[in-house]
Amino acid sequence: MADSAPATAEKLPKDLAAEKGLVNVQVDGTWVQVPAGTRMIEVCKIAEKEVPHYCYHTKLSSPGNCRMCLVQMGMPNRPPPGESPHYEDDGYQQISWMPRPVIACANTVTENMGIRTTGELVEECRNGVMEFLLINHPLDCPICDQAGECSLQEFSVEHGRGSSRFEEMKVKKPKNVEIGPRIRLDDERCIMCSRCIRFMDEVADDPVLGFIDRGTHTTLTVHPGRRLDNNYSLNTADICPVGALTSNDFRFQMRVWFLKETKSIDVNCGTGCNTVIWTRGNEVFRITPRENNEVNSSWMPDSHRLNFHYLHAETRLGDPFVKIGSKHEISDWPGAIAKTAEELSRFKGEEIAVIGSGRMTNEELYLLRRLADTLETDLLSLVPRVGESDGKLISADRNPNTSGAKLIWASRNPYAKLESIRQGVVTGKIKALIVFYEDLLGDAQFKADDLANLDFLVSNHILTNKTAKASDVVLPGAGFAEKRGSLVNITGRLQRLNQAISPPPGAMDDWEILRDLVKALSPDEPSRYLLEEVFGEIADEVEEFEDLTLSKISDLGIPIVETGESIPLLESEKARITAGEIVG
Amino acid sequence: MPQTILTDQVTSHETSGTKHHPPFEVDSTIEREANARIRQYPAEHKRSAVLPLLHIVQSKFGYISSDAIEWVATKLDLEPIKVAEVVTFYPGLRQHAPGKYHIRVCRTLSCAMGGSYELMDKICELAGIDRSQTSHHNPVAVSPCGTWSVEFAECLASCGTAPVCLVNNDFHEDLPAEKASELLKSYK
Repeated sequence: MADSAPATAEKLPKDLAAEKGLVNVQVDGTWVQVPAGTRMIEVCKIAEKEVPHYCYHTKLSSPGNCRMCLVQMGMPNRPPPGESPHYEDDGYQQISWMPRPVIACANTVTENMGIRTTGELVEECRNGVMEFLLINHPLDCPICDQAGECSLQEFSVEHGRGSSRFEEMKVKKPKNVEIGPRIRLDDERCIMCSRCIRFMDEVADDPVLGFIDRGTHTTLTVHPGRRLDNNYSLNTADICPVGALTSNDFRFQMRVWFLKETKSIDVNCGTGCNTVIWTRGNEVFRITPRENNEVNSSWMPDSHRLNFHYLHAETRLGDPFVKIGSKHEISDWPGAIAKTAEELSRFKGEEIAVIGSGRMTNEELYLLRRLADTLETDLLSLVPRVGESDGKLISADRNPNTSGAKLIWASRNPYAKLESIRQGVVTGKIKALIVFYEDLLGDAQFKADDLANLDFLVSNHILTNKTAKASDVVLPGAGFAEKRGSLVNITGRLQRLNQAISPPPGAMDDWEILRDLVKALSPDEPSRYLLEEVFGEIADEVEEFEDLTLSKISDLGIPIVETGESIPLLESEKARITAGEIVG
Repeated sequence: MPQTILTDQVTSHETSGTKHHPPFEVDSTIEREANARIRQYPAEHKRSAVLPLLHIVQSKFGYISSDAIEWVATKLDLEPIKVAEVVTFYPGLRQHAPGKYHIRVCRTLSCAMGGSYELMDKICELAGIDRSQTSHHNPVAVSPCGTWSVEFAECLASCGTAPVCLVNNDFHEDLPAEKASELLKSYK
């Protein structure tokens, strides 16, 4: 009788897996090894089998209420009392399949378990769930913003029946409700997955959403007098599987299938949330968070994602300007660069100061330092931008690249010299000032009268401002969506900014402006043709960048330095993963 | 469908019965009662006291007003929507004032066959109640004078003596439509 383990020294698959702390699970006939207690839906993901779902989200608790992820489950035969289990030739026990389905999102796996994501039972279940979900759905896809990225649409094609048997009246619910300043709600489209409610409860800590009239008339809403006005509210539109919650800002602007996706990062604070920039032609339509569990999980603050409209502002600088007399006149780039170099060479090193921005990329900061070196000045500073941390994803440092500046300038405080530059301008000790990517009268807190003390002021920005008006030469640059480069976030992670659109005609990428300026001042400088060459110079010079290239950074970035800083939202998510509340 | 439906469904509106019920007010008695109920649950599951608290409010004030929802939410450290979720789920929890005498007529099978629909019609006729405006969201109809209100109830557990009804907390059995006027008179 082969009712016990083979007598040879050969180990059974269950023992081999147990040595690694894993269990064997069969998914559609294929055995995989996963940690015990993994959710079935995650095991299917590992086995590359798709399980359609609506309510399940790895970063939220699993209520199991949409029933879309039903799969068939099997367990090994239990031996009669007193007998040991029987192992087949392949070393596994035979699986007995349960006649009823289970939800894959909230059940966990054990040794020798089987999962079927296909087959008559599973297909029938999906078909039935889809039919129920569509009963009261308005099917207004032609005017719905979610069309093209709607799970209901997608699964309807894959698992639906194609036509409706429902002849009765659909339930009427509120439509076009402004439940918050940035979010609009259509309750008829809602499929009651409760992802948004759980997000507001568990991640945003602002539990304003809820279901009233549970039953046939279940309605998502906020309490009268309350609003969905949290700074993370737009994440609910991201995770809404249908078009129930839509963004006021993006609503009706563009069909999503026309948009090009560019993976990039946020530049509004030191966290550097990973993003996707959605563009068509030369226009940015929306920015959404991109999952990175070392930076921003799957989320992003509203204030940061909506801060892109200035790229298309009317005050955008188009061409370089040179002041002739008291009037600015449009110049060409070689003329503007030559004029700047010529003017700067009139001054001694100690009469010149250079102000940069913590919003500049590593490559730009490197070239800015080269510029300061070429001009033989050590008056080089960034402009600090400090706010309050929101205890989630917004860091107190509102500059995205302070960590990068520290490394590349080999400086413990790249903001240190701003005050002495300001004083130098007041006293007239500094006669020429170079400003990149900052408005002196804004965060840098210079006074308009002081700028009159300067003999020569050259500024770079993307929008017209008072500094540009006072400048002798204006060099229009590129916005965050218009350039490539690398930045280092507060935790010391090197991340990549990618170009989604082109700068306006006449404006130039900032690193090229700096390159040309350095070359014009010092013809011995190497010719740089590619941004990669600048990055290569940084890699040669700065220890933390050693052996790196722009392409090695990859989409998720790499940690290059230990700063001791952490991101509060990630810490609370880690605690929830440890507690087993979420998958993470 | 108008947006106001959301507000309408989660806030109270005045009915002719409002004058028969005391306005919602928090005094030391209700605070004491509420705290006693909250103490029955572990501190981290304080939320579980939401139903007992709503029952306290409804038995004292006749219905659960918006102010009462806010108070319960504050007592349990919840957002008011989390209390409204519960209030709107249970048909037994009322958001609008019923009459001085609230009559619940059983309509489950035995009573329905025993004539509870006729009983309901008769009560409405005698009390001058118009039930045409009742709906899924609003099952209670109040008489213009505010003395009477009616609502269908599910099984009251006395199938052998159908039809039956509850007037406030008094149980009345064996009540064909003909006895309706006698029933109302006993409460005048």
